[in-house]
Amino acid sequence: MDEFNTSKPIYLQLADRINRLIVSKELKAGQKLQSVRDMALSYNVNPNTIQRTYSELEREGILETRRGQGTFVTEQEDRLIQLRGNLKEEQIQTFVQIMQEMGYSSDEIISGLQDHLNKKDKGDA
Amino acid sequence: MRNVIEFTHVSKMYKKRSAIKNISLSLPLGKIIAIVGENGSGKSTLLKLIAGLSHPTSGSVTVNGEIANRRIGKLVSYLSDHDSFYPLFTIREALAFQASQFPDFNRAKAEEIMRYLQLEPDKRIRDLSIGNRGRLKIVLTLARDVPYILLDEPLSGLDPMVRQSIVKGMISYVDLESQTLVMTSHEITEIESILDSFIAIRDGSLIRMADVEELHESEGLGITEWMKKTYV
Repeated sequence: MDEFNTSKPIYLQLADRINRLIVSKELKAGQKLQSVRDMALSYNVNPNTIQRTYSELEREGILETRRGQGTFVTEQEDRLIQLRGNLKEEQIQTFVQIMQEMGYSSDEIISGLQDHLNKKDKGDA
Repeated sequence: MRNVIEFTHVSKMYKKRSAIKNISLSLPLGKIIAIVGENGSGKSTLLKLIAGLSHPTSGSVTVNGEIANRRIGKLVSYLSDHDSFYPLFTIREALAFQASQFPDFNRAKAEEIMRYLQLEPDKRIRDLSIGNRGRLKIVLTLARDVPYILLDEPLSGLDPMVRQSIVKGMISYVDLESQTLVMTSHEITEIESILDSFIAIRDGSLIRMADVEELHESEGLGITEWMKKTYV
């Protein structure tokens, strides 16, 4: 389950996971995160690593630590909107890069994506 | 006084065989550290030198500035790779015995770890499975309120479920604000995610000491992959 790959620091992989939970609203604005030790237990990592993840996300303005209360998702709406945009951009970049490496044109990528989404929308309905 | 374990040009000879060759390193407080290397490379000897159970032929080992001799046990909790329990003791009696030997033994913490690892206090040690003996050793070692906890092969010979519960126990009960855990292990993939750093030795020499995250970041490798590349 909670496997990490060794090609990237674990603290950054954890930061990615927390960011995704925030964008998907599983973690909501202002919500309290687990304590460092509980988080370490759920992900089976060193508490120092969790502390580093929290500090990094705090530095980026995504989390806030309130003295004696714990660590919370920021309530700064604009920062969360920005995060949502960034993650989308990252995913699209990766996808487009792979498609271009295989030789697909922009038109093919767009129409392919459109078809896929149309099919999926019908399937869901 | 500095809170650190310090090796200064440490060598250890057993008769004519050189077990440790000129190792200098320092281990700070607040870390989980693994000593890795092949069988017979000197991993256990390093731990015994810190625990004051073995003495350098040359160089010095200090713990918080004090020479590591028999009396260093007040700063160090050491788990040996074999067990030396009195078989007729129950688990509860083993805890009481440990408390009588070490004034820093934290009974409340021991009870908590015992419950966490699901040990039954009234069972006799001779009736315990290998896995439960492994768990009991962890309880006895982690429940001491000392700055340094040394575990020699805490996971070896145990099944995956027991190994997992012991690793969780380490996360829960080692207080990284005031303690450092140093362990030798071959089960590297299982402990890698809880390590701050690792010490790799070969034939008694230090070949690398690094932060695990730094290895991931700068070389894109885990410890096992790095070892495969290095120990050929």
